Amino acid sequence: MREFTSTARGVAWRSIHLTVTNPAFLLPAVIFPLIFYIAFAGGLSSVGNVPGFEYPAGYDTFQFGFVLLQASAFGGVFSGFGIAADFERGFARRYFLAAAHREAILVGYWLGALGRATLTAGLLTIVALVTGMRPLSSPLQGVELALLAALVCTAAMLFACGVAMRLKTVQAGPAMQMPVFLALFLAPVFVPLNLVAGWVHSVASVNPITALMDGARDLLAGEHVAAGLVYGTAAAMVAVFGIWALRGLRSAERTGA
Amino acid sequence: MTRDLARRALLRTMRQPANIIPVLVFPMLLVAINSSGLQAATKLPGFPGDSYLDFAIAVPFVQGGLFAMMNAGTDLATDIESGFMRRLALTPVGGTSLLLGQVAGVVALSFVAAIAYLGIGFIAGVTIASGAAGVVALVVLAVMIGLMFSSIGAFVGLRTGSPQAVQGFFPLFFVFLFLSSANIPRDLMQQEWFKTIATINPVSYLVEGVRSLVITGWDPSALWPAVAVLLVGIAAGGFAASRAMRGSLVRT
Repeated sequence: MREFTSTARGVAWRSIHLTVTNPAFLLPAVIFPLIFYIAFAGGLSSVGNVPGFEYPAGYDTFQFGFVLLQASAFGGVFSGFGIAADFERGFARRYFLAAAHREAILVGYWLGALGRATLTAGLLTIVALVTGMRPLSSPLQGVELALLAALVCTAAMLFACGVAMRLKTVQAGPAMQMPVFLALFLAPVFVPLNLVAGWVHSVASVNPITALMDGARDLLAGEHVAAGLVYGTAAAMVAVFGIWALRGLRSAERTGA
Repeated sequence: MTRDLARRALLRTMRQPANIIPVLVFPMLLVAINSSGLQAATKLPGFPGDSYLDFAIAVPFVQGGLFAMMNAGTDLATDIESGFMRRLALTPVGGTSLLLGQVAGVVALSFVAAIAYLGIGFIAGVTIASGAAGVVALVVLAVMIGLMFSSIGAFVGLRTGSPQAVQGFFPLFFVFLFLSSANIPRDLMQQEWFKTIATINPVSYLVEGVRSLVITGWDPSALWPAVAVLLVGIAAGGFAASRAMRGSLVRT
């Protein structure tokens, strides 16, 4: 057990250290969510006046729900980039040789992803609050929102990790990024589901991300949350992508890092 | 020689799916998503028209230009890295001719992309208020936008000599699109600070110029600022890129 935690801690520390000391890793992860928040909450604020748009905490809070989940998901995806880079540079081979329990490598990358997402989400929250966002959630709902964001980050990280462990190249970046990007944007990003028109409405109605986004927005508005649906969906995603990542790890072991 | 380089640039661009697919697919995908997601915005008082698709179809013309910028810069930086530029430096061809030859492929891609955007737009139900002549004007604007952004991309590529550095600049320029009137008219922006940023952002005028041909017709008050931004951008970008090309040839 001590070996397991030691490996996980080492991988996590390196992952977080690389993020905070390398502007090329840190800036995109931090700046993109901020730009999305500024562009959507600032530029599209009049969309909150559309007839039928009823969200008590205001349009900036409505958009914060989306951008928070997006930042969390991309915190996970960027970890996938790091894993792929480790394979390209041969560092993963050293991890595989040194670790007594290779699952601990996954746990380390996961902790690194959570650290990265926490940094980004923290900065985003500070900017949103300073620029006037006023969520109506209770402190407990704030904790529930953080838990939801962590689950989204975990699911995205496990998905990206599965891709990275199979393809072992940074060129697989779009294969990690695009599905997550599409899943997020095929949910109700700008207006609630009942105001989304056309084919996106049909897709968003069956997209599991819609439940997560609605849950995050309900928490921010201090409203009742369908906890079973929201956290059940998030947990199911973590379970499915956890299996995907573990099988990716086995595949990497078989084919050699 | 310039013609040969242009042919090489054209083939290099058209043979690489990685150059073509993002330019064609990604902007139209965003339009498809946004036109459903933001259709409700057309109910806002003062929104021009009742179709968000008509409003949003202008955005790919500028977004495609941003991809053209990355392609042009990456291609030139790759030529520097691979030593191809060093071989060109031994030929008697001038820097400006080399530059024109190099960006030709990207400009041709802008032309193809504009036709594709319009074709897909027509299938999806876009109507062009300025008529058939407006369609021609839209293609001309798309090529000029491609030329402007590719000259900026060429400048970055020549100055840095690194494809990775060019790709690092790409998100920075994408920010200009997000902080413009791409998603909502400036008149309907409630946040004054955002409206101010969008007003000083030249990308707003490019989007509004293209958009005016689609939803308003021939509107000089929207078209002239777009043309002015393009002419200044092409002149400044071309000047900076040809100076960078001269410097690059001297260095090699």
